[in-house]
Amino acid sequence: MLVRPGELVGLKVNALGGRGISTNLQLVEAICERLQETGIKAADIVVWDRDTDEMEHAGFHVAEGGNRVQCFGTDRVDYEQDLAMHGSVGSRLSKILTQRSNVLINVPVLKDHDGAGVTIALKNMFGVIHNPNKYHPNGCNPYVADLNMLPEIRTRMRLTICDATTAMFDGGPAYKPESSWKNNALMASQDPVALDYTGWQIIERKRAEMGLKTLEAEDRAPRYIATAADAQHRLGTNDPMRISVVEA
Amino acid sequence: MLSETQVQQGNSLDVLGERNLFCCSLDRRSFLKCALASGAALGLSEAAHPAAGIPSQAGQQKQDDSQFTVEAKFYQKLQNRKIKCKLCPRECTVGDRERGYCGVRENRGGTYYTLVHSRVCAAHVDPVEKKPLFHYLPGSLAFSLATAGCNVNCKFCQNWDISQSRPEQIPADYVPPQRVVELAKQYGCPTIAYTYSEPVIFSEFLMDVADAGHQAGLRSVVVSNGYMQEEALKAAYGKMDAVKIDLKAFSESYYSKVVTGQLKPVLDSLVTLKKMGKWTEIVYLVVPTLNDSDSEFRGLAQWVKANLGVDVPLHFTQFHPEYLLKNMPVTPVPTLERAKAIADAEGLHYVYIGNVPGHPAQNTYCPQCKSLLVERVGFTASQMLIRKDSCPFCHHPIPGVWHT
Repeated sequence: MLVRPGELVGLKVNALGGRGISTNLQLVEAICERLQETGIKAADIVVWDRDTDEMEHAGFHVAEGGNRVQCFGTDRVDYEQDLAMHGSVGSRLSKILTQRSNVLINVPVLKDHDGAGVTIALKNMFGVIHNPNKYHPNGCNPYVADLNMLPEIRTRMRLTICDATTAMFDGGPAYKPESSWKNNALMASQDPVALDYTGWQIIERKRAEMGLKTLEAEDRAPRYIATAADAQHRLGTNDPMRISVVEA
Repeated sequence: MLSETQVQQGNSLDVLGERNLFCCSLDRRSFLKCALASGAALGLSEAAHPAAGIPSQAGQQKQDDSQFTVEAKFYQKLQNRKIKCKLCPRECTVGDRERGYCGVRENRGGTYYTLVHSRVCAAHVDPVEKKPLFHYLPGSLAFSLATAGCNVNCKFCQNWDISQSRPEQIPADYVPPQRVVELAKQYGCPTIAYTYSEPVIFSEFLMDVADAGHQAGLRSVVVSNGYMQEEALKAAYGKMDAVKIDLKAFSESYYSKVVTGQLKPVLDSLVTLKKMGKWTEIVYLVVPTLNDSDSEFRGLAQWVKANLGVDVPLHFTQFHPEYLLKNMPVTPVPTLERAKAIADAEGLHYVYIGNVPGHPAQNTYCPQCKSLLVERVGFTASQMLIRKDSCPFCHHPIPGVWHT
């Protein structure tokens, strides 16, 4: 079982892009319903991202306290005082992660990123830390991979459900309607590297269809995906021969 | 009390086997049908007893950012609502709704804004020796302030809790330029100092405060990493009456690995400041095993002599474990003394040892007759014998800003 009654479940959404390209509210509601069906109490579920205002702008309804699903940003509870460190990363972590959840379900979106190449599951963890802006050089590599190695994240991460209903093939991370398309898909995996690799290929196919260069040609291929799969990280696989895409 | 930068300062789980990735094509109608049937929508009120929710406002009260938000200087607009920052050598290309590396400048719809104008998160009255500035108004006080943010990420930073944070994460007050001037005067400070975090990133605020200060008869000094583009340096630090530059090391490798910056732009800044005629002092924080080789000390001293002259004060200061280097030892005093000996041998006139209270190398001596001219105890100048900018004994010129 992915979750058990009594566990505290955090749903890390992506609300940075506003209503056009943020995690869909209806998807989150559906996940919350399924969690409660397994015996998780509503109040033990927290939907969160870094900033409450950003979540509201993306359509989420703030909810704090009471016997209901919680929904708010790290700005309401702050970050841990001490640093969590691994490799190139040393950051303060959201107290929502460390104190309000022992299970993490990652609910990112599928979009292009002007620095990292793409931002999907692995990079959605930038919303957990207090200093993501320090980790954008070099296409966010190796920072994304090192961040996902933190025990506070790895021990909690159970599943990624990527909202790929609307996706962006260019111009991210902010929403640009001219660079988005109705992909009408959800992607789920327990291997965030495999999910990111597959999502990257989806974006590349759309870019080709739209007559755009590959991310490699624009010198912004998401190298952090390979780093996450390397021998020092082993967060998952980016080998297409080992990834089985099951369409339903 | 906040310190100046150390001055006077996979392993992994085994992922085995094939991984299944499920892709589900779903039309929006099915999706909504599922969601509506759930009854678990967020925000629905509910039941019985109030759960033990989070404490309300456990974090700080969210501030109104608009009062601190001013269009930035030193940037270039690009296509597709992107901008290129021209403040420091990173030249961050920043997309809409993103921030630069420093975390305090943000692109909103293709216009770049500073988020920290008048957003003071730290303010103290410090002796000017604490900056350290040893050849600038000894014994005087500096009204010292900072905002959040920094354009590097030094692993030894003592003020990382403000330098490595975004402004909304740190309690701050709205302190506009005129208010800074009022406070400086109220506390008897002839100087305003921009310090603690990294003033490069709050240049717009620094410039406005300096202008207001000068109009009121107050001077300005800056404590900086010097990691700045030339145009911005001339515009912002051109308003300073003295500058202290933290030269972290004399190797690009150290700058890359320990600072996440570059050495050459800092050296260029020092040369530019020299050409501008700005009184400049240099601090070199000595971190054991990382930047403490004889060759590095010698290279540094030779470069300073050749490019800036023998009269630029150079401070070798003691490192204390902090931030991401808590596993390193405190710099042994003999290491600092070795650095000083090498710099002295290369002919530099004013080489100091910092962060070691009571060490005789905190004093200023005449380079000609070796007389003690300024005696310092900690951050206090207990004796100041310089008169008419020269040694009172042999009349050798002693460069600096000695009197108001």
